[in-house]
Amino acid sequence: MSELKTGTTSWDSQRENRQRRLKRAASLGLTRKVPIEETQKLLQAVIEPGDRICLEGNNQKQADFLSEVLANCDRKILHDLHVVQSVLALPSHIDLFERGLARRLDFSFSGPQGGRLAKLVQENRIEIGAIHTYLELFGRYFIDLTPKVCLIAAQAADEAGNLYLGPNTEDTPAIVEATAFKCGIVIAQVNERVTKLPRVDIPADWVDFHVLAPRPHYIEPLFTRDPAQITEVQVLMAMMAIKGIYAEYGITRLNHGIGFDTAAIELLLPTYATELGLKGKIATHWALNPHPTMIPAIESGCVQSIHSFGSEVGMEAYVAARPDIFFTGADGSLRSNRALCQTAGLYACDLFIGSTLQIDLQGNSSTATLGRITGFGGAPNMGSDPHGRRHSSPAWLKAGRQAEGPHAIRGRKLVVQTVETFREHMAPVFVERLDAWKLQESLHSDLPPIMIYADDVTHIVTEEGIANLLLCRTPDEREQAIRGVAGFTPVGRARDLRQVENLRDRGVIKRAADLGIDPRQASRDLLAARSIKDLVKWSDGLYSPPARFRNW
Amino acid sequence: MTLMETLRYKISSKTFLGKTSALVGVVGSGNLEIFIKPGGSPDICEVVVKTSARGFGETWQAVLTSFAGQNAIGGTEIQINDLGATPAVVTLRLAQAFATPESTRGAK
Repeated sequence: MSELKTGTTSWDSQRENRQRRLKRAASLGLTRKVPIEETQKLLQAVIEPGDRICLEGNNQKQADFLSEVLANCDRKILHDLHVVQSVLALPSHIDLFERGLARRLDFSFSGPQGGRLAKLVQENRIEIGAIHTYLELFGRYFIDLTPKVCLIAAQAADEAGNLYLGPNTEDTPAIVEATAFKCGIVIAQVNERVTKLPRVDIPADWVDFHVLAPRPHYIEPLFTRDPAQITEVQVLMAMMAIKGIYAEYGITRLNHGIGFDTAAIELLLPTYATELGLKGKIATHWALNPHPTMIPAIESGCVQSIHSFGSEVGMEAYVAARPDIFFTGADGSLRSNRALCQTAGLYACDLFIGSTLQIDLQGNSSTATLGRITGFGGAPNMGSDPHGRRHSSPAWLKAGRQAEGPHAIRGRKLVVQTVETFREHMAPVFVERLDAWKLQESLHSDLPPIMIYADDVTHIVTEEGIANLLLCRTPDEREQAIRGVAGFTPVGRARDLRQVENLRDRGVIKRAADLGIDPRQASRDLLAARSIKDLVKWSDGLYSPPARFRNW
Repeated sequence: MTLMETLRYKISSKTFLGKTSALVGVVGSGNLEIFIKPGGSPDICEVVVKTSARGFGETWQAVLTSFAGQNAIGGTEIQINDLGATPAVVTLRLAQAFATPESTRGAK
C-alpha cells in the first residue's frame, strides 16, 4: 500500500507560501493595521503575478479604495492576475484589465461596466472563464476558484482587528471563509476604527490586514424604485399576476426581481390584494432586499418575514425598527447574507418573478444585448426549479401536477417572467432568436448567456395576459402560448389565431377579462404609494431616501 | 424636435353607442393623448395619428384594427397625438377613451 503514496514530502506548501508573503510585508514594517499611504506597498508585497484574487465587488457594497489602489499598482510587479468577483460595478474594476494587471475573469454580473467589458473581449485583452450565477461562483470559491488574496470592505474594525460589516454583509462571509481557510490572505478596507464594535461579523484571526479608507465604501442604491414612475400598464400586469398567479396558487414564500413591474405588485399588496381578501394568504415570507416599495405592505400587516441578500441605502433605521420582519443582529441593525439568501430563494421559495429584456419562442430569456456583457446576478438561482427540493407546499404541488398530471412525484417551482411586450424605443421583448447567441459567438463561449432557461419558466405575464406554460403539452403549443401573449411584436402577430383561442378556452392563456379584471381599472390610484415621499410617510419618517430620490 | 409622422386609417367597426366626446391621456414621453369626436359613417372609425416615432405604420394598423374588432367604435373619429407610446399603452388609452364618453379626465 505504501508504494501508492505520493513522493511528496511537503503537505503545507500553501501555508509556507502564505508565510513568505506575510514575511515580505513584515520586512517592510507592515503590521495588521496598515497606514493608508502604505496600501500599495502592501498589495505589491503580498500579491504575486498569476495569483487568483477576489476583489469584493458586490451587487451593492464595493471595496472601492482597495480596487483603485490595486489598479494603480506597477504592472511590472503585478500582472496576469486572475480575478474572481461577483459584480464588476466600478470603473476601477475594468481598469485592472485595461492597464494590463489582470488577464482572466470569472464573474456573475457587470451591469454598468458591461459595455467596456465587451470591448476588452473584442480586443482580446481579457479571458472570461465563465459568467456564473451567484451560488455557482461562491461554490467555486471552495472548489477550483479559491482566492489566494481577497480585498474586502467592512464598516468598522476594532483594535484586535475584528470586523463589523454593517447592514450590507452581502458576499463578505463567503469570500473570507474561502480565502482565510485555504492559506490565503485577507485584506480589509474599513470605514472607521472603533474601540468596541456593535457586533463581530468576521473574527480578527481570519483577517490579516486592515486599512482605514479615505472615504466610506461605495454602496449602490440598486433596489429603490420611485413609485411615481410606475405606469398603468405595469399596474394592470401586477393585478393579473396577483389574481392569476399569487391567489391561484396560494403563493406565500417568494422572491421578487428588481424593477418597476415587481414594485407595482409590492404596492398593490395593501390595496388591490387586500380588497380581494388575500392579506395573510399570499406573499407573507420573502427572500428579498429591503425594497422601499415593500414599506406599505409591511406597515399594513401583509408581510411576516424578510431575509435579505444585502441592504438598501436609506432603509437602515426602518429595518432596525422592524426586527419582527427582518433578520437583525444583537446591535439591532440588519444582518444580510447573499449566499444564504440565494439558497433560501432557491430552495425555500415557491415563486420567483422578474423581468427580462428578451424572450424567445421556447421561453428562454436573456438580458444580454449586443455590445454589452452584463451577466445575470441572482435571477438564475431563484428562477430555476431546484431538483434538490424534497419538502412540499400547496403551490409547489399544484404546479407540479399541472405539468405532470395528478400522479406527479414532485412539485414545481413557479418561475414567472413579467414583461411589457415592447421595451423603450419599441424594441420587442419577444424575438425569434436571442441576442445571447450572437454574444456567445463573440465571447467564443461554450454556452449562450441565457438568464432563465425555457424549461424553468412556468408563466409569462404581459399586458395581453398570462401564458401558463405548465399546461402546454407539446413544443408547438408552448410556442403558440408564448405568441399568444406577445402582443403586437412580430412574434405575437405571427400567432395561429385558432390555436391561441383554443389555448384560451383551455385556460393556458388567460386574458385580463378571463380573470375578471377590467383593464380600465388599472389606475395608479391603486398603488399604496405614488411617490418616494409617500413611502417616507408610510414609514413614519424612518425611511431616509438618498438625495437623488428626493424631489420634493 | 424630430419630425412628426402623420398616419391616417379608415377601419370598419360596429357602431359605437356611447357619447362621442372624450379626451384621455397626456402628451408625454412614452405616452399619448386621444380625442374622440363623432364621425361621418356609422360603421367606420376614422383615425389620424400624429407620432414622434416614425416607421411604425404597420404596428398602428394592427393595434387599431384589433381594437376595432373587439370593440364597437364605428361612427367616430379618433385623433391621436403620440410621443412613443407602446402598443400596450395605446390599447389601454383607447379602452379608457371609449369608456369615459362624458368626462374629459386626464388619465395620468
